[in-house]
Amino acid sequence: MNPSAPPPSEAATVLVLACLLLVPLAIAGLALINTGLGRSRSASHAMLAALCAVSVAAAAYFVCGFAIQGFPGGPAHTITAAGKQWNWIAAQPLFLRGLALDASPACLILWLQLLSVALAALIPLGAGLDRWRLGAASASTALLAGLVYPLFAHWVWGGGWLAQIGFVDAAGGAPVQAVGGLTALAIAWILGPRRGKYSSEGGLPAAIPGHNAVLVLFACFLVWTGWLGLNGAGAMLFGGAPVGALVRVGLNTTLSAAMAGLAAAAITRARFGRPDASLCANGWIGGLAASSAGCLFFTPAVAALAGLVAGALVVFTVEWLDIYGEIDDPTGSVSVHAIGGIWGVLALGFFARSGSPVQPLAQIAGVATLLGFVLPLAYSLNWLLDRLSPQRVAPEGERQGLDLHELGAGAYPEFVIHREDFLQR
Amino acid sequence: MRVAGLLLLVAGWAIVLAAFVMLGAAAPRAAFVAAGVAIEILGLGLVARSHVSPRESKR
Repeated sequence: MNPSAPPPSEAATVLVLACLLLVPLAIAGLALINTGLGRSRSASHAMLAALCAVSVAAAAYFVCGFAIQGFPGGPAHTITAAGKQWNWIAAQPLFLRGLALDASPACLILWLQLLSVALAALIPLGAGLDRWRLGAASASTALLAGLVYPLFAHWVWGGGWLAQIGFVDAAGGAPVQAVGGLTALAIAWILGPRRGKYSSEGGLPAAIPGHNAVLVLFACFLVWTGWLGLNGAGAMLFGGAPVGALVRVGLNTTLSAAMAGLAAAAITRARFGRPDASLCANGWIGGLAASSAGCLFFTPAVAALAGLVAGALVVFTVEWLDIYGEIDDPTGSVSVHAIGGIWGVLALGFFARSGSPVQPLAQIAGVATLLGFVLPLAYSLNWLLDRLSPQRVAPEGERQGLDLHELGAGAYPEFVIHREDFLQR
Repeated sequence: MRVAGLLLLVAGWAIVLAAFVMLGAAAPRAAFVAAGVAIEILGLGLVARSHVSPRESKR
């Protein structure tokens, strides 16, 4: 559904709108996962942070995000190098000025992107659970939604240089999942681990389990529903999929998530003697993240394979990052979204039938851009924010819990016993 | 080590970028892309290592 192409049929427009209406379920699901995998004494804070992140992301994208991202065929700035023009940033007006705000492809893309940037903004929150100040998280989200995300998304979806070299991503494996996941990595590094996570005597890190597994597992169903809409809308708007292709998109999305969840259950069963609920949930979401880039191009068998590998990758990398990388990521955001998303992008290059021999190299270039541009940019901006005003809550606030410390009231005032088993005295 | 790692990440990306802009043939382009990615992996390793605290000073 390229804006320069003939207008879409009414049926296609209605289907895209229906898909867009499902996407907020994915946002709600991720917010619930963040809350459930955190401590009970920071539960309200986690949910409010998600609401604030969505609000800030929408505001930043409205002010300047869409102006930077634009849409394919829209006005853009170019650089001439080696005799060729390279499109690097859009030239849309700020504050969405000049848009008719109707059911045109450009406006449907705007709506999808507003939802996508909100989804991406929730991913770093999971890595900063139990120690990230609300104000700092909001400021960091503004930078993500107003600069980092739109710039990379323009390169992929706005006719930018990555699109020019043949990089393909139907629904956000790179711009949404990997950008969010790599920002989560930067946040986990800058904030440092939660108090008591790593002992000064060495040994294995302390396990700090989430406080509500039911929330987390129920959220997996919400996220799946939302993802069907996200992948469906992305495939039609960015992949040019006809209405009938939505069947393939839905099948591939579901197969990838299912196989990833099964892989995570089987691996944790084999390794620990019983399936681990939070890792199974992580595997499920990792499968969804891996499906995003290629949902339109995979065959069902490839989608199942991509999910299987994603589930295994999530289980092993969560543990590896925790133990050897000393990255305290309570929700596994880095493994689920960054590694799952990047795996999906590469799987599209190597296993999907795109018909282009340069596809694998283009996909690798996209991953190289994520690692060599997005990660350093996100790290530098958040490091600068941390210098201006510390992002991490004071030690007393962490001990007390962010609910009481930042909001003045707990999420479960009548039921929670404040355990401090994980704190060093 | 952290700054060096970040610089290596950016340098690796610049090599990948240059390969696509300046090289037309597939084989040299692929070689340069592989080299750029290798440098990025090195940089990522350095940044990750710089965030692992020495045993005696852990929290």
